[in-house]
Formats: sequence, structure tokens, C-alpha cells
Amino acid sequence: MIRSHVLICGGTGCTSSGSMAVREALQKELEAKGLTEEIKIVTTGCFGLCALGPVMIVYPDGTFYSMVKPEDVAEIVEEHLLKGRPVARLEYHEKSGDHHIPTSLSETQFYKKQHRVALRNCGVINPEDINEYIAVDGYRALGKVLTEMTPDEVIQTMLDSGLRGRGGAGFPTGLKWKFASGNRGKVQKYVCCNADEGDPGAFMDRSILEGDPHAVLEAMAIAGYAIGSDQGYIYVRAEYPIAIHRLEIAIKQAHELGLLGKDIFGTGFDFDVQLRFGAGAFVCGEETALMTSIEGNRGEPRPRPPFPAVKGLFAQPTILNNVETYANIPQIILKGAQWFASMGSEKSKGTKVFALGGKITNTGLIEIPMGTSLREIIYDIGGGVPNGKKLKAVQTGGPSGGCIPASLIDTPVDYESLAAIGSIIGSGGMIVMDEDNCMVDIAKFFLEFTVDESCGKCTACRVGTRRLLELLDKVISGNGELEDLDKMEQLAMYIKTNSLCGLGQTAPNPVLSTLKYFRDEYIAHIVDKKCPAHVCKKLVRYKIVEDKCRGCTKCARNCPVNAISGAVKQVHTIDQQKCIKCGACMSGCAFKAIVKE
Amino acid sequence: MKKNLTTVEFHGTKEQEEKLLAVIAEYKGVKGSMMPILQKAQDIYGYLPIEVQRIIARETGAPIEEIYGITTFYSQFKLNPTGQVAISVCLGTACYVKGSGDILDEISSQLGLPVGSTTKDGKYSLDATRCIGACGLAPVLTVNGEVYGRLKTDDVKTILAKYRD
Repeated sequence: MIRSHVLICGGTGCTSSGSMAVREALQKELEAKGLTEEIKIVTTGCFGLCALGPVMIVYPDGTFYSMVKPEDVAEIVEEHLLKGRPVARLEYHEKSGDHHIPTSLSETQFYKKQHRVALRNCGVINPEDINEYIAVDGYRALGKVLTEMTPDEVIQTMLDSGLRGRGGAGFPTGLKWKFASGNRGKVQKYVCCNADEGDPGAFMDRSILEGDPHAVLEAMAIAGYAIGSDQGYIYVRAEYPIAIHRLEIAIKQAHELGLLGKDIFGTGFDFDVQLRFGAGAFVCGEETALMTSIEGNRGEPRPRPPFPAVKGLFAQPTILNNVETYANIPQIILKGAQWFASMGSEKSKGTKVFALGGKITNTGLIEIPMGTSLREIIYDIGGGVPNGKKLKAVQTGGPSGGCIPASLIDTPVDYESLAAIGSIIGSGGMIVMDEDNCMVDIAKFFLEFTVDESCGKCTACRVGTRRLLELLDKVISGNGELEDLDKMEQLAMYIKTNSLCGLGQTAPNPVLSTLKYFRDEYIAHIVDKKCPAHVCKKLVRYKIVEDKCRGCTKCARNCPVNAISGAVKQVHTIDQQKCIKCGACMSGCAFKAIVKE
Repeated sequence: MKKNLTTVEFHGTKEQEEKLLAVIAEYKGVKGSMMPILQKAQDIYGYLPIEVQRIIARETGAPIEEIYGITTFYSQFKLNPTGQVAISVCLGTACYVKGSGDILDEISSQLGLPVGSTTKDGKYSLDATRCIGACGLAPVLTVNGEVYGRLKTDDVKTILAKYRD
């Protein structure tokens, strides 16, 4: 008789911080105490609070432990699992407010405003056991469509739900399926899943694949039934080994139970799924490039039309949806289109997962109804900006998105509202920045990424992004002229309108949005030759504060280029001509006598 | 992404080739099999030298230039193995003005190894990196992740000697 379940996160975040060592220690301790018949360990997918890993939940009481180490395990077993007294020092405390211990996970500030649809099983079930998925209504949606619905009814349900692609572009999923639905049974069609999550800072697809792989398989089979396809492909990053491992297990288990393969549920419907691994090319997240890559070629995009719904993978009609999009689908089928459409805002239905990171107290994975304001996300869920710093901007959409200034923090997060202010939802990266971040430097960071990842097929992107980066470099090194800003804007518009695929069409967004909202910072770099955030090295000057310097000579000894001079017990000076701005003097000064300006 | 051509002499074994042929046979007739074949070939050899690409071309009938186009497109595919002794010299500003460029040249000439490549026996690889943030120790280099600082060109000999066997 199992009287308690201990859930340990086995997502990539917690695994990196040592959750598997904690599980091993717990297993040994339970064996030593003879408790293996009473207490069951379940390794789950991601809980979302990755910064606090390894995390652990003990049921039935729901005690939430964070940052557990293997040496804490004996105390948890002795005190909590044997004597029923939770170990307070390991329990999760609120990071803001009165720092109290919440009664349950759903009561925490971090989870309270969240609404988990795509992530509903992550951190709840064991992703390596299909029976746990079935126990939470898994594969019931597939059974329902195969036995009670026609393919057209399935597509109509998707249309009515208002579900839009979660990978970035936000195209209505039902419409995509409808376009590919002609000639069912007469031509070979394919159902593809885009799991080539490449935005730096976004990891929701990985968490879904690691925490709930069957939801994606089930949804792909539903899509196969809707458009008349018997073959699916999941294109997953080779850099996600845990996700690949769990997908392989899930496909095998689904086959054993007849939930994939021939004659599913005895209805005569066949559907199979194969995995294909990406090889580290960001452009392969673009739909036509992804298909070219599955075909075994250089992953270069091709012009559209023809759209994949007409001529996609192996030149056959194909639909491609993102992992998070698929994770919503079984529930839409079970609970109905109206249920889904009741969440979110007018044109953006349902929920969206965001990877919250940067200068924020609660980093991690969150899922919120569309239309939630940035303010609620950053302050209520994220716990605000740490170290008393001021919020400066929020970057959404990764290298394709833009920087939203703090003044627009009441903007609701949905497709239309973010597009209206020059950013996008994208795949859901959300990086919070404070006053110590230089917006010109951020623009350069993202642009360097796209320059590196541009596939080189079209000139606008291959050459255009490079020239744009050179202009940015000019500004950052203090050699910019005011007219460069206009040149940058012109070039950016040219790249946007002339690039072949989404990568190039969106590559200038980080530059354009920072130019729009933080033009004064660009001007400070150009006119005053100063970086207001003290980030851009070439514009920073290290200075010795006279009344703080004791003349200890430490900085002069630390300086790798002998740029600091001064006698013992005399105020030192820095030769700006020689200084290379390495900062060794400032970090070594015991009297805080060296400042950046 | 720019890639250096393979500089290491190819030492593929019979067993490796047999494994590769088995992989190619397994994917015979499977559509879009080039990526999985290349990925498994890299698992077998550790990298994808032209010799391995030629075997794949011969067995699959795909043109070698097409295969070469794929291996150079994706950052995951390596044309050079990382050396058992992986040396990176910091060319950040602080190190550079303190003479890390000379250190780099010295290592390059002592090993007879161009920057960004691997010795023919696969023992040493030499790279120039961006600033690693150890400016106070400038100039610095790392060998298999271990940092050596405040270097003079005379030190190169001693450091390389440590890794000779």
C-alpha cells in the first residue's frame, strides 16, 4: 500500500543541478528504512521553477521542497516521511512579501496566476510511463476523434477553438489543417512537429517533450486523422538528449498498446511517428528549411508559395505545428472548442507558455492566459526585478522579437498587442532587463546571433545583416554618426521586406525596436561617446576617486598594461590612452576607489 | 559558419567502416536518410573527414559535393576532431597587448600546427578564443580547460612538455 508519493523533477534544469543524485539518495534511504512498499518515487517533467532546482513535492500533503541536496534526504525521510513533520528549512519560501511558506504549490505567487493547459502534466506524471498519461485522460481524445468525429468535424473544432501556432507566426492551426485536408486517402501526406527550439532563452518545447511526450504523439495522430495522413515526423534538436530519450520510450510504449501503428482502436486508421534530429542550425526552425532538412539536405528555406499544405515534405501536402501547439490539442478535443476559446483575449485564444529569465526574481517556465499584462507577469508571477534595480525593458520573441520599454508594461500579452508595439510573442522567450543593461549592446547580441545563423541563401539576409552589424559596431565603439541611425533604419526595412524567410524578415527587429524606444541611448553613444549603462567597453572610462584612494598601489600592480601610475600613499591616476578597460583595477580595489563612467 | 578543412590524417579502422556500412544498409530505401547517416557516422568516427564522406557517397550514390554541402552547413558536424590536448589561447584585448599573439605563434611553430586545426596524429588542437575574463592574469591560455596565466613565450616549451605523453 503506497501512502505517499515523492515527485522529483527530472527536467533538464533540475537534472543539471543534481536531481538524479537526490533521487538516488532517496531510493537508498527508503530501502535502508524498509519504506519502498509505502513510499513511491516518481520522476516527473519540469515544474517550472528551474532556478530553485532540484525541486521535490511530497504528496498527499503537497509539501514543496526546493534546492534539495542529497545530504538533505535522510532528514526528509526521518522527519517528514516517517514522523510527518515537514522540514521547514527546505520548504519553498516566497521570495517577495512576507517570505511565508505557501500551503501548496498552486498557492505560491509563482503559480497562482498561471493557468496550465499545455504544461498541465509537466511535473505531475511520470513521462516514461504511458499508463500515467492514460490515467489523466491520455489518448481519450484520439479515441474520441476516431470513433465519434469525422475528420472535417475535427478541423471545425480546431477552427472554432481559435488556436494559433505557438511557434512564433501565430497562424490559425485549424486553417492550416483545412488547407491540407483535400484528397484524403488519395495522396501521401505528412504531419510534422517542429521541436527545433532554437531561440536563446526559450525552453518550453523541451519541457513539454520531457514532461509530457505522449500529448504530442496523441495530437499528431489526431492531426493525421484530420488531414488524412499516416506518417508523422518529429524534428527535434540533437542538443535535447533527455527529450529524445523520452520520445523514443513514448513511441515504443504507444506502439505496444496499439495507440500508434496499424489499425488504431480497431478503426482502420494507421499512424506512425519517426524522429529526425536537427544538427545545430537555427534556420531549421523555419518551416520550409525544416522540411528540407528532414529530406536530408542543407536546411535552406524555399520560397512560398507553394505552401507546405500544398507541397511540403517530399513535395507532398504537409502540416507542421510546434510542440506547444500540439500539447493543447487533446484537451481542446476533450473539453471542446468553447472551453478553449473562453480563455485569452479576443483574437488570441487560450494560454501561452513563456520562459521567464534575465533580471527577475523567479526565473522559470510559466503558462498564462493570453492577454495577461506584462506587469502581472513580471511583478506578480516573476516577483519583480531583484537587487532593488529598476526595470528597463522586456525582450520578447528572441532574435526575431523586440525590446518593450518599461513605460509599456501594461500592454496585454497577445499576438496583436505585441505586434502593435514592434515586438512579437515568438516562441515565448521573455528576458527582463534592468538599468545595468545597454540596449545598443542587446541589439548587437541578437544581431550577432542572426548573422551567425543566416543560412546564406538570400542576399538581403546574408549581406544585409552583416552590414547592419557593422553599423552597430561603429556606434558601440564610439565612431558612430547621427546619420548612421537613419541608415540603420533604412537597411533594416530593406532586410525585412526582401528576405526569403522568417529569419531574415525578423532579424532587424531587435535593432528597430531599440532604435524606436531607446534612441536616446544610441545618441548618447554617438554624441556624448558614453554608454549610459557602462556596458560598451570602448566607451567606458575607469576613474580613480581622489578622496577614496589610499595609494596602496594594488591597482597599479593589477593593471596588465601598466596604465596606472602613482607613488605609495599618493592618489593614483589612470592613463586613458593605455587603459584597455579590462576592469582588473576596479575588481581588485579594496576601497571602492575606482568607478566606471 | 566557416569551417576549417580536415588537417588530421585519417586513421579509420576496418571495424569502424563495417559499422558505417551497417548503418547505411539500415537506412537503404528510407527517404531523407542522409542526416541520420551522417549523425551516426560522426558517432562512429568522432568527426566527419572527407574519407568518411567518400564512403557514404560511394554507398548511397549521393554526390560527394552534396554531402560536403550538408556537413559544412550544420554546426554539429565536425570536420576536425578535437585534440586529446586542446589548447586555446586568449586573444582578448588584455592578453593581446601583453603578447598573447606571440604565445600563439610560438605554440603554432613548436607544434607545426596552424591555428584552428588539429595535429595529424589527433593529439593537439590549437584555437584562438575571445576574452575568457582572466585579464588580471594576462596573457592566458587554457589546456583542456586548465588556465595558465602571466605567460612568456619561454613558458610555452614547459607547458607543452607537461602534456607530451
